[in-house]
Amino acid sequence: MGNNKPAIDYDKIAEMGSFKQLVKKKNVFLWSITVIFLVAYMLLPILTSFTQILHQKAIGDITWVWIYSVGLFVMTWGLAHLYVSKANVFDKEAKEIIEEYERGVK
Amino acid sequence: MSPIAIIMFLAIVGLTLVITWWASRRTSTATDFYTAGGGLKGWQNGLAISGDYLSAASFLGIAGSIALTGFDGFFFSLGYLVAYLVVLYIVAEPLRNLGKFTLADMITARFDKSKVRGTAALSSIVIVLFYMIAQLVGAGALIQLLLGIPYWSAVLLVGFMMTIYVLFGGMTATSWVQIIKACLLMLGTVIISFLVLAKFNFNILTMFSYMTTATDAGEAYLNPGLKYTNGIDTISMLVALVLGTAGLPHILMRFFTVKDAQTARSSVIWATWIVGIFYVLTIFLGFGAAAFVGKEAIVAANPAGNMAAPLLAQALGGDILFSFVCAVAFATILAVVAGLVLSGASALSHDIYGQIIKKGKVTEKEQVVAARVGSIIIAVISIVLALGAQTLNVAFLVSLAFCIAASANLPVIIYTIYWKRFNTNGAVTAMLTGLISALILVAVSPNVWNPEAGKAIFVGDPLIMLTNPAIISVPLGFLGGVIGTLLSKESDEAKYREVDVKAQTGISVQDVSH
Repeated sequence: MGNNKPAIDYDKIAEMGSFKQLVKKKNVFLWSITVIFLVAYMLLPILTSFTQILHQKAIGDITWVWIYSVGLFVMTWGLAHLYVSKANVFDKEAKEIIEEYERGVK
Repeated sequence: MSPIAIIMFLAIVGLTLVITWWASRRTSTATDFYTAGGGLKGWQNGLAISGDYLSAASFLGIAGSIALTGFDGFFFSLGYLVAYLVVLYIVAEPLRNLGKFTLADMITARFDKSKVRGTAALSSIVIVLFYMIAQLVGAGALIQLLLGIPYWSAVLLVGFMMTIYVLFGGMTATSWVQIIKACLLMLGTVIISFLVLAKFNFNILTMFSYMTTATDAGEAYLNPGLKYTNGIDTISMLVALVLGTAGLPHILMRFFTVKDAQTARSSVIWATWIVGIFYVLTIFLGFGAAAFVGKEAIVAANPAGNMAAPLLAQALGGDILFSFVCAVAFATILAVVAGLVLSGASALSHDIYGQIIKKGKVTEKEQVVAARVGSIIIAVISIVLALGAQTLNVAFLVSLAFCIAASANLPVIIYTIYWKRFNTNGAVTAMLTGLISALILVAVSPNVWNPEAGKAIFVGDPLIMLTNPAIISVPLGFLGGVIGTLLSKESDEAKYREVDVKAQTGISVQDVSH
C-alpha cells in the first residue's frame, strides 16, 4: 500500500495467546447463536407442515403461527443488537491485541 | 394514465437522473465506480441495502401472495428477514475485512488462483442474470399494466434507465437511487398500512377476526397450507431464503462501500430494522388487499397477484395514492436492477477481465473503462433474455437465485473464513457442486416440467417434486467442499493464519486507512 510501516507479521499475531483466546470466544458465541436462531426458524415450517399445534387460536382469532412469527421478528431484532454489543467488546480486545503486537515489534 | 401519475413517474426519472449526473462527477476511479469510494455511512448503507434487497418480488409479490394465500405468503417475509442474522453473524465483518470489490476478492484473499476467482465470478454472474431476468420480466409486465405501453418497450425503458445510472454514476448513483427508493417504499407502505388499520379502528384483533370470513378460504386463511402442501418443499424453500441472502453478490457488494467492519455492522442493524418493519407491514398490505380489493379483482389484474398492493392503494386512497404506489414500484425495480448490473459488471470486468485475463496489470483508467463496458454487456444480455422470456413463468427464478447463492457461495464463504484445512481444490469443488446441483435439480423440477401445457416451460413430468432444491443442493455444496479439500494434499496454514488475523481484527483494513 506504499506506506513506510513494516510488513505485518501475521504468524506472530496468530500465535499470541490473547489472539487465540479471542478467536475461540468469538467463534463459540457466533456459532452457538447461529444454531439457536436457525433451529428456531426452521422449527416453524416443520411444526406447520407436520403438526397442527400452531394452527390453534391463541388470542381472539389470531392463531399461534402468527404469535410464533412475531417471536421470530423480535428474536431477529434482539439478536442483531446482542451481536452489536458483543462485537463492541470483541473490537476492544482485538485492538488490545494489535497494540500488544505493535509493542512487541518496536 | 392520469396526469398525476405521469408527473410522479417523471419526478422519479428526473430525480434519479439528477443524482446520476451529480454522482458521475464523483466517479473517476475503480474504487469510486464499484464502492462509491468506500465512504458510505452506516445509515446510508443500511438504507441502500434495504433498497437493494426489497425487490418487486418483496413489495408486489409478497403482498399478492398474502392476499391470495394468507399465511403461506408470509413465509417469504420471515425467511427474507431472519436471513439478515446469517449475514450479520457469519459473513458481514470478515467479508469487509478481506474483500475489495467482489466476493471473489474475498475468497482469493486466501486462494490466489485464477480458477478460484473464475468459478466465483461465474456463480455470481449466473445468480445476477437469473435474478435480473425475473426482475425485468416482472417489471415489463407491471409497467405494461401501469403505463399501458407494450411489454418490449417497458423492458427497454427499465433497461435503459438502469444502464444510465450504472454507466455514469457507478456505485454512488446506484446507492442513492436505492436510498431514495427505500424511503419512498417505506412511506408508501406505511400510508397504506395506516389506512388499512384505520378501517379496523386500529384494532388488530378486529382485523384478524374479519379475515376469517373475508375470503373463500374461511378460517384456513390465517393458517399455513393454502398454497404449500408439500412439507419438505416448504422447508426447502425456507432454507434457500434464510441462507441465500448471505451469498447474493449484489448484497455482499454493498459491504465494500463502507470503511470498516464497525460500519458494516451498523449498516446491517439499520437494514434489519427497515427491512423488518417493512415485512411486518406486508401483513396489512396482504390482508387489506384480500379484504378491500378481493381475490377476483386481484387475479383478474394479474394471476400471480402482483397488482394487489397498487389496487389496494387505489381502493383506499384513490388515484393519487395509486399513482404514488405505482411510481414507488417503478423506483423499486430500477434500484434493484441497477444494483444487479453493478455486481454483474464487477464479476465480469474486475474478476474475469482485470484479474484473470490481464493478471491485475490494468491502469486505473483501464479499470473504469472495463467496468463501464462490463455494465453494458451485463445490461444488454439481461435485456435480450428478458425480451425472450416474456411468455415464460419466471417468478421462480428469484428463489432459484437464492438457492444458488446458498448452495454455491455460502459454503465457500464459510470455509474460507473458518476452516483451516480448506484449500484451492475444495473452494472450486464447493462452488461447482453447489451451482451445478442447483441448476440440474431445478431443470428437472415442477417449475420447468408440468404435464399440463402452459403451466411450466416444458410439457412433461418433473423428475423431482421440489420446486426449490435447496434442501438437497445446499448440503451438496458443503459436502463438495469437504470432499474436494480432502482429495488434495495442498494445505497452507500460514496463509490461513494471515486470513484469520485479518478477518478477526480488521488489521489490514485499518492499516490501509491510516
